Amino acid sequence: MITTTSLYDQLISFYNNTAGSGQQWLSDLRSRAFEAFSTQGFPTTKNEEWRFTNIAAFLKEDYSLQPGAATLQDIKKSNGIPSFDAHEIVLKNGMLNEDVNIRGITVTPFRAALKDDRLKSYLSKYISLEKNAFAALNTALFQNGVVIETAKNIIADKPLHLIHVYNAEDPVFVNPRILVIANKGSKTEVVESIYVKGKSPLFINNVTEAYIAENARLDQYYLQTTAPNVRLVNFTQCVQSSDSLYNNYTYTLPGADFVRNTLHLDLNGTNTESHLYGLYLTGANQLVDNHTSVHHLFPNCMSNELYKGVLMDNSRAVFNGKIYVHQDAQKTNAFQQNNNMLLSNKAVIDSKPQLEIFADDVKCSHGSTVGSFNNEALFYLKARGIGEIAARNLLVNAFAFDVTNKIQIPAVREYVEKLITKKMSEAYDYQ
Amino acid sequence: MLLSIKNLQAAVEDKQILKGINLQVNAGEVHAIMGPNGSGKSSLASVLAGRENYEVTGGEVLFDGKDLLELSPEDRAREGLFLAFQYPVEIPGVSNINFLRTALNEIRAYHNQPPLEAKEFLKLTRENQKLVEFDAKLTNRSLNEGFSGGEKKRNEIFQLAMLNPKLSILDETDSGLDIDALRIVANGVNKLRSEKNAFIVITHYQRLLEYIVPDFVHVLYDGRIVKSGTKELALELEEKGYDWIKEPVTSESI
Repeated sequence: MITTTSLYDQLISFYNNTAGSGQQWLSDLRSRAFEAFSTQGFPTTKNEEWRFTNIAAFLKEDYSLQPGAATLQDIKKSNGIPSFDAHEIVLKNGMLNEDVNIRGITVTPFRAALKDDRLKSYLSKYISLEKNAFAALNTALFQNGVVIETAKNIIADKPLHLIHVYNAEDPVFVNPRILVIANKGSKTEVVESIYVKGKSPLFINNVTEAYIAENARLDQYYLQTTAPNVRLVNFTQCVQSSDSLYNNYTYTLPGADFVRNTLHLDLNGTNTESHLYGLYLTGANQLVDNHTSVHHLFPNCMSNELYKGVLMDNSRAVFNGKIYVHQDAQKTNAFQQNNNMLLSNKAVIDSKPQLEIFADDVKCSHGSTVGSFNNEALFYLKARGIGEIAARNLLVNAFAFDVTNKIQIPAVREYVEKLITKKMSEAYDYQ
Repeated sequence: MLLSIKNLQAAVEDKQILKGINLQVNAGEVHAIMGPNGSGKSSLASVLAGRENYEVTGGEVLFDGKDLLELSPEDRAREGLFLAFQYPVEIPGVSNINFLRTALNEIRAYHNQPPLEAKEFLKLTRENQKLVEFDAKLTNRSLNEGFSGGEKKRNEIFQLAMLNPKLSILDETDSGLDIDALRIVANGVNKLRSEKNAFIVITHYQRLLEYIVPDFVHVLYDGRIVKSGTKELALELEEKGYDWIKEPVTSESI
């Protein structure tokens, strides 16, 4: 347990001041969550799930739990994603200030949504609070965020673009919360991006829960490229019902000093399909950790996971992917692949693919590779007049292609591809 | 003189591969370099193109008056040297067309020319596809990925046509090609031949030289050019094999 006294004490007094309000089920949940957090404390490298990820340094700041006002000053149109036609939902310090009107989709500030007892059947229903300290902390403390609900059989006309705007003029620790409910037969795409004003340490402890009902489809995009002062812990719990489709795209590019993505997927019905695509292009002193776990609980489900990493400078990355095929989950198709390119002698990757199978009629595979540039390919490009930097850019984009070409929104795809080239040319190894 | 090689020596990991090559190539000429396996043919191509694992241990190479060995591989290409690879590399995720546009524009930038307009580029692509009989479908695919041996070699000639180099080195472009593919590749080269450019055709077989008729034929053996002549020399080699070439060199070195 890390005893960063000031932060830990603050969290306790913050909890004591905010909890107790609201319905009984909610204060019970918060109390259970806070108990879970205080028992575990912040994770250390003794915890198997955090073995390669030492967060002590990121918790040392003198964080406040009350951020200053966030304004939209200097923010670019569509948060810098050119020609991205979407329903924009701007959250300032997690708060939704304007009404959003989208046909068939309701977007409600979490504070207001909590008054509805219906949330009891969703909130932290599938999250193992006893094993996830950050998610427990968020559950105990969160005040802001949104609930997005797509009505039955509604096909969203445009993607939703959730822009998280934060004020980091002073060190601050925030606990935003997102709940996505995709009702039967609906289709929703949610793209999330971050904009941070100010250069003080900002610790974002986010929890997203997504429920995808029968025959519904949800696509979630996490675009994680912000400033070095950002420390992002992003926990996602997704639950799929029968015949549903879920696509998750997690793209982490140079920016935040520390990113930890935890993605849990419960396949809670038959005949589901899930695709998890991840790209981490890391630079400077970044630490980027992706933990995923997919639980096949019912027969005839398909999950496919592909995470690719390109590491530059002094950066470190961690990949841990788990697939559990439970005893009843016959005819499961589960694939997982993690490929890495190390472009610097100082960069480090820890990759751990895990597969546990308790059924006997399944098709599963997993694998992990680490390599560098293919020198023959590099020479081939140079022999055609392409310079070192342009050749490396081409090869990295080619490596990332398997993941970037899966992006189904052209504007987002183009944005990510251009960002790869831009961030590579900014890495100091190239100068 | 387009290319002047004087006493070129090169080694790989301390093993001497080229032991003093002399060769002069003028614009408008086609030179064939033949020789048995392991004689240093492909090494010569690699050294000229600037492959990193070769260490030049002596001699000089002037390309259009410039010291070629001082230039990076990309600058050699930008100056107008082209190597058609014996084993073209597959690069999944890089589209053929994007690769060509990047290459062409980097070469143009080197000569202080603006990038080619999309329309002009498309026109050039279409013309050259036709010229070298390169399937248009392949242009939009990933570079050489899943191409047959013949398609890869044709792609090399297509790139050659697009980049329009002064000197092209074809490194065993004919190996592994059936006769139809060979004819298409040779036709492409013949259409691209002009008074302004030159070709060095490296081959193990005389067959290719029936289609690409050389002005000069050189025989490389044990890192040296041991015999030079006209196209008739190729026929003689076809008939007699390489053994008669080997003898005088070996006795000399003893």
